Amino acid sequence: MSASGVPAAVPDTVARAAATPGQPQPSAELGLTSEEYARIRELLGRRPTDSELAIYSVMWSEHCSYKSSKVHLRKFAESAPPSPALLAGIGQNAGVVDIGQGYAVTFKIESHNHPSYVEPFQGAATGVGGIVRDILAMGARPVAVLDSLRFGPAQAPDTRRVLPGVVAGISFYGNCLGLPNIGGELAFDPCYSGNPLVNALCVGVMRHADLKVAEARGPGNAVILFGSRTGPDGIGGASVLASATFGGTDSAKRPSVQVGDPFTEKLLVECCLELYAAGVVAGIQDLGAAGISCATAELAAGGGTGMRVDLDAVPLRDPALGPAGILMSESQERMMAVVEPGNVDRFLQICARWGVLATVIGEVTGTGRLQMTWHGEQVVDIAPGSAADDGPVYRRPIQRPAAQDALLADDPGALARPSTGPELRATLLSLLASPGLADKSWVTEQYDRHVRGNTVLAMPQDAGLIRIDEETGLGVALATDGNGRFSLLDPYAGAQLALAEAYRNVAVTGAVPLAVTNCLNFGSPEDPGVMWQFAEAVRGLAEGCATLGVPVTGGNVSFYNQTGAAPIHPTPVVGVLGVHPDVTRRVPIGFAAGGASVVLLGRTSAEFGGSAWAHVAHGHCGGRPPAVDLAAERALAEVLTAAAAAGLVEAAHDLSEGGLAIALAECCLAGGLGCQVSVPADAFTQLFSESAARAVVAVRAEARQAFAGMCAAHAVPAEVLGTVGGDSLVVTGSFDIPVDELAAAHRGTLPALFG
Amino acid sequence: MAARMGVITFPGSLDDVDAARAVRYAGGEPVPLWHGDRDLRGLAAVILPGGFSYGDYLRCGAIARFAPVMTELIPAARAGLPVLGICNGFQILCEAHLLPGALTRNAGLRFINRTVRVRIEGTGTPWTRDYSQDQEITVVLKSGEGAYVADHATLARLTASGQVVARYVGGNPNGSVGDIAGVRSEAGNVVGLMPHPEHAIDALTGPGTDGLGFFSSVLRTLVDG
Repeated sequence: MSASGVPAAVPDTVARAAATPGQPQPSAELGLTSEEYARIRELLGRRPTDSELAIYSVMWSEHCSYKSSKVHLRKFAESAPPSPALLAGIGQNAGVVDIGQGYAVTFKIESHNHPSYVEPFQGAATGVGGIVRDILAMGARPVAVLDSLRFGPAQAPDTRRVLPGVVAGISFYGNCLGLPNIGGELAFDPCYSGNPLVNALCVGVMRHADLKVAEARGPGNAVILFGSRTGPDGIGGASVLASATFGGTDSAKRPSVQVGDPFTEKLLVECCLELYAAGVVAGIQDLGAAGISCATAELAAGGGTGMRVDLDAVPLRDPALGPAGILMSESQERMMAVVEPGNVDRFLQICARWGVLATVIGEVTGTGRLQMTWHGEQVVDIAPGSAADDGPVYRRPIQRPAAQDALLADDPGALARPSTGPELRATLLSLLASPGLADKSWVTEQYDRHVRGNTVLAMPQDAGLIRIDEETGLGVALATDGNGRFSLLDPYAGAQLALAEAYRNVAVTGAVPLAVTNCLNFGSPEDPGVMWQFAEAVRGLAEGCATLGVPVTGGNVSFYNQTGAAPIHPTPVVGVLGVHPDVTRRVPIGFAAGGASVVLLGRTSAEFGGSAWAHVAHGHCGGRPPAVDLAAERALAEVLTAAAAAGLVEAAHDLSEGGLAIALAECCLAGGLGCQVSVPADAFTQLFSESAARAVVAVRAEARQAFAGMCAAHAVPAEVLGTVGGDSLVVTGSFDIPVDELAAAHRGTLPALFG
Repeated sequence: MAARMGVITFPGSLDDVDAARAVRYAGGEPVPLWHGDRDLRGLAAVILPGGFSYGDYLRCGAIARFAPVMTELIPAARAGLPVLGICNGFQILCEAHLLPGALTRNAGLRFINRTVRVRIEGTGTPWTRDYSQDQEITVVLKSGEGAYVADHATLARLTASGQVVARYVGGNPNGSVGDIAGVRSEAGNVVGLMPHPEHAIDALTGPGTDGLGFFSSVLRTLVDG
């Protein structure tokens, strides 16, 4: 055994494996249980070779096989609303959605949590690289990325190590790759100490006809590996790193983190798009988790064929790498294509033009077997489906945590509340300056938002908006949202609230929500309490998507986000994609037109369980999260999109963390103008409650009547609070805060913490 | 017929599509040029766009400066061809010694993407003649190695001969000496800019249309002579 847990390069052939059934094998070190190891022996009718063991260990890892989540994730497909827009769904590298005018978009969010804790810069960088290749593999040109980030307390010393590294890694990779970063999230909570969440979303665009499949069809077709050389980095990333909790020796896991080369990825993107355009790709798969093991097994299983691979042909960065290491390596910036023999020369020519290394490493066969040789000897002979599709499936024990009732009973109603004008004023400023709600420019200024010239909206807007067609103005909007506190209190409701918020954020811009991706970040699935949280969140999200009529097109599960016995808050992060019919009619959040009416849409009640106020002012998280009303969310979205299309609103902003007070402050800061509003009695509740299905809009004076009619037609409560103008945020009879003072509170926090 | 202008794509060029769009918006016809071709295709003006040529893993622009297309571009620029280098293009032109000075890491050591104000101080170039002297414009800065540096003698010469084309106003974002955002060659035909005028050509996707002047200027130069 070498230090990385990979058997040394002694050829362990199929024949030898058959002849030496009793040879001890490092299955436990590779993350396999004894039952799983026994199952492999049973499937093969002999012990696996070292190479085969390597394949099964990564393919059957939690990260690749979804063995603990599969039985729950089926709900997404079972309860999916019928959607004619869905061109490819769950199970593909990413879902593909028809957005009209012959265009389709593909999008997906994925976690890179564990690597980002062990090595923040490379961990986060390669998270971007990985999701971009997923999108590329569908046949699309990647056009934008978003990042959803969660860290421990902003003041904690380790956060100062992890956060700047993660942000620099995303900046390094995404900027050099030339993809605009248009949105995402940044949140802090002690539960993410030692378990930061780094979720990256990528969206790509293609014409309908360009859709590609991850299938190896046609015996005799060449299998071409192209992109970077294979090296000893990221070995076991999917198994020993992503599918285990952290303990005491985490720095030893650093070799399991991959190293990113965004320049090569940029060339790979342009090269792939040229290969697609030339029509020389019969099937394609990116190499991500589980590297060559995954690509070969999935392509062959997907095509219902077999594959013969010569591992000696794989270009190596380190000649000492043996077959098992080659199979487990997660070296970045690699793709695998299936190419008809007559197209191989043209394929290699295009790669050469882009300076991309491309090598024929095997061919598709009709044997139904995945067979690999190394140094002329057979080291792998398995049924590809046994690794790709027939992994173990677990129905993990589920138990509602005993502490859940106490958590729900810990009502925030007992907390001391501000009531006087000066108290409310101070509360607003302290929330606005709290790390989770403070201005994120320290982070977002490190990302290129302009490259490719189609970014219509980006941070700090509610959603990112990318123009797809310069002639027609067609575009797509994307938002990611999640709230670990809500999900802790009630994972079913928490997942629906995350969905509702992302859905609302997309609608605020004027886009029509169309499809959903999700990244489900949880603790250990071996903890029945965590599995209860997971099952509830999936059920909530699946039912929520069905009610809102937006299908889940794909996503990712990240378990084992825990150090020792303490899991993170359950954190389902939901990405919603919407189609914008005309991006010139986008609605920004900023108050920039004096005289417009400030109108609050939706109903407000006293809902403070898991709120930003309870968290910031009292360090409290208890009670019930805000009530979910998906019918109201849908009606609100219909009003927002119709008003945008009719050009009735100057600005619109969703209400979420910090409620109306924070939303108004953000509208003033983004547009540079103040506003004067009146709120009904119990100003505290009106200003800081986090009731869902609400938004604040600025309506042009001459459009007020038409807008009121639109709200009435959709039964959306609309209340005129006041007027945009002046240089202060004024709550009549309560307080007055100059916009400059808001800005100072909002903008000082992150630079003071991170330099 | 619209005037034709070249936009070079090096491996790792990123804002080439944006530069081409800016040429179009200004009324010209962009023509792609490939780093590996020793051929400027008879074009009367050339833009080196932003990006990370060769990943910028070595010094920014240090490898691109040796690309085959540069063996044609360098003598043509010395002979008077209007050339604009934006961001990475500016870095490449400095590495090629077509422009004085160099670009180094930002003072804060972080990549910065920010809307900035710059003052156009040199309107006597084919790229800036549509601006008025000391006109302030709003453009986008996005770079990690955008701090302009030059030795004292060079700086004195640049100032004396009016070779500083643009300076940051309202705060120096990256530690550039003398707030310098852009310079020109002694003859004036070669201009390097750290901020991106091609990202300020449409209020829909950028901070306004102030950047269009660079592209309209050179088109007018090509048409009027």
